Amino acid sequence: MASITFREVEGSSLKYWLLFGGLGLFVLFGALAWNHMHHYGHVVTGMDNQIVWGLPHVFAVFLIVAASGALNVASIASVFNKPMYKPLAPLSAILSLALMLGGLLVLVLDLGRSDRLIVAMTHFNFKSMFTWNVFLYSGFFGLVGVYLWTMLDRNVKTYSKAAGTAAFIWRLVLTTGTGSLFGFLIARELYGTAMLAPMFIIMSFAYGLAIYLMVLAAAYAWTGRTLGDAVMMRLKTLLVVFVAAVLYFVVVHHMTNLYFTKYHAVEAFILRDGGMFTTLFWVGQIVIGCVAPLVILLSGLGKQRMWIMIACALVVLGGVAQMYVTIIGAQAYPLDMFPGLIEKSSFFDGEVHSYTPSVPELFLGLGGVAIALLVTVFAIKVLRLLPASLDDATVAKLEH
Amino acid sequence: MKRILALGAVVLTTAALAWAGADAPPKAGGAPKPAITKAVKGEQCVEDTDYMRRNHMKVLDHHRDQAVIEGIRTKKHSLKECINCHASETTGSVAAAKDDFCVSCHSYAAVKIDCFDCHSTKPQGSAAMHPLNAETAHYKHKLAAQATSRVSAEEMAGVAQ
Amino acid sequence: MNELKPMSEDVPASHERRRFIGAAAATAAGLAIAPGVILVEVAHGRSEDQAASSAVRWGMLVDATKCATGCNDCVTACSTENGWTPVGESAHPKQAPQWIRKLELQDPLTQMETNLPMMCQHCAEPPCVDVCPTGASFKRADGIVLVNRHTCIGCRYCMMACPYKARSLVHESLNDTQKADVPRGIGCVESCTFCVQKVDRGDGNTACAEACTAAGHNALLFGDMNDPESEISRRLRELPTKQVRADLNLNLGVRYHGI
Ligand code: SF4
Ligand code: SF4
Repeated sequence: MASITFREVEGSSLKYWLLFGGLGLFVLFGALAWNHMHHYGHVVTGMDNQIVWGLPHVFAVFLIVAASGALNVASIASVFNKPMYKPLAPLSAILSLALMLGGLLVLVLDLGRSDRLIVAMTHFNFKSMFTWNVFLYSGFFGLVGVYLWTMLDRNVKTYSKAAGTAAFIWRLVLTTGTGSLFGFLIARELYGTAMLAPMFIIMSFAYGLAIYLMVLAAAYAWTGRTLGDAVMMRLKTLLVVFVAAVLYFVVVHHMTNLYFTKYHAVEAFILRDGGMFTTLFWVGQIVIGCVAPLVILLSGLGKQRMWIMIACALVVLGGVAQMYVTIIGAQAYPLDMFPGLIEKSSFFDGEVHSYTPSVPELFLGLGGVAIALLVTVFAIKVLRLLPASLDDATVAKLEH
Repeated sequence: MKRILALGAVVLTTAALAWAGADAPPKAGGAPKPAITKAVKGEQCVEDTDYMRRNHMKVLDHHRDQAVIEGIRTKKHSLKECINCHASETTGSVAAAKDDFCVSCHSYAAVKIDCFDCHSTKPQGSAAMHPLNAETAHYKHKLAAQATSRVSAEEMAGVAQ
Repeated sequence: MNELKPMSEDVPASHERRRFIGAAAATAAGLAIAPGVILVEVAHGRSEDQAASSAVRWGMLVDATKCATGCNDCVTACSTENGWTPVGESAHPKQAPQWIRKLELQDPLTQMETNLPMMCQHCAEPPCVDVCPTGASFKRADGIVLVNRHTCIGCRYCMMACPYKARSLVHESLNDTQKADVPRGIGCVESCTFCVQKVDRGDGNTACAEACTAAGHNALLFGDMNDPESEISRRLRELPTKQVRADLNLNLGVRYHGI
């Protein structure tokens, strides 16, 4: 197998520092937003006692799910032994660590008592899915960290496959865990399904890969390194498969729900009467997130790099819309304590709850995204993560 | 050994809390000494003053866990009783003004507490500004004999050892 | 207890039945002396250094047929006892905590209307406790479900999990307006405590039930469901009651009659 030279990004150009500074600015905004929320309490957010998880959770869960998916490329290289993906693996690992970090930060900073993080780390209730996720997330950091190390350090290279396999299995469990966070909520109709966990896994594949592709292409374009079509087209095909699978799962999920009478009302809410949530579902999740990217990637447009990037961006947007519908839409639909009866109270029972995200929430979420990108941008400067060149000839040699 | 442990605990908590409570103003050596007001009610604290200065947090933590989780609500070591005795006669509270019992020491030591995010700082049934209420009114005569003492730096240092 | 039906003769006088008759007679005597006053169940006064015991299971019977339309006395009593701001007075109604609320139900077909208070049901298998990451949500030995505010991190997972929308997050600083024996504060989740401070004091009743009785509606009855002699156990044996969302099988501490 031909060897590949990995090299740090020089990172001294004005463009690099502008990018760095711009991301840093968003991290700063995120920090300010947290400070504001922490000081005044959740009263300054759009969240209330009806919509208890809001925009920060949309961002956090999206980032965590995407983090697991971003590891895909590395997994394909080590677990499934596809040499072509080997040079792409280190970036995949670091990106997944960075996204995970961003997601967890948002999740933690949105706590009502974010100053009590230490309590969350020292008191555990092992019946709680949340507790398991704390362990899954820390384990993820550990395993992917080790895996990255085996890729970067020649002395331990032999363990790379073992570490990669462990990380692969771990993150499947992790995404199942994230999906189960919702799946275990018996109270909420929309979550009452075993489909949620596998659906989250397949969604993680699509979102993670889309982000990976964008970061990869941007890194190569902005550093003037060559990124051959061979790599691009291969990853593009993979993305098509994942996005199609997401679409399939979403359709099956809703079809199964429609089969059960007790889910009819909530399904009608999401699919037909939910106003904003219905729009987000059809336009955001289905059209922007699935159909449009599929059309672009499968048509002639998919041969142009520009359009591939657009498709990736659409998948990401669709992903955020999907999280919004899944997390907030499910809460907007009132709890049905007395099936068949009309409920009314001063506590907004029986009403569809509205939610308007506030500025601090938005910036907290964006701060998480920014920190993930900032870590990645910094890591490729200090570590040898990116191959010096990924032109077609070099990549072709790997295959033989 | 105990002293070392206590010192360790104090240093660690201080460090942790100072780190957590970034909004607490930094206190230099020359900060004003805490004013320790003698309790309005009662002659003697449930434990030695010296012991309480060092260990009140442990005592309170222990009591709180028993009270909340098991429902054992003994009076001794209960924060409510601390407040009943130590609420200041001017503010009626242990933490409303900077000279009030809990606050004066804690701001001197720069140890942030969040007890009063949830707990009332006033004795039960007290009207906002009244130092004495139905429960404590019979201690009124003590108010006359009341003295506010300034704690010396040595004494405070003693706490930290 | 004023509602105890006179024993009809065709009821077989089993051992159990005879016990009721005795107790009912005693109750009636108590009533004769002080009408409208509920006898304090002496058996439940435990000394203050005694832990809550699992021999007791506190519970409540809500008789929706007696719950008056438009009456809000239980809600007001709760907010007074526990120090939360009534939603009408709150600057942020959607973010204001509510420990108990009046629920108005209507059958769209028959137009039948039902009124009842809804609060934490003190589930024997509480989903809120299952999901709480830190163990801050917990069930006390005597069946009361509480939030330990010292370990609650405000993640709101329990609010997502509760099927009865019983929990609220305190969204803003309370600025020392709390009651001395009901600590509650910003960033933590809270819900009905069955007036745990009163129970531990030995009152044997909750503020809402006291208010309902005082208003003469007698729709709420609080007591020990484990004690077969208690008023609530007696009533539960006689009245057909339901658990809300019984399909979830959570074994609730609040039982409703007339829903
Ligand atoms: S009603 Fe809700 S808050 Fe109360 S115990 Fe059950 S799940 Fe928990
Ligand atoms: S909000 Fe508090 S009580 Fe509820 S699940 Fe989170 S830590 Fe537990």
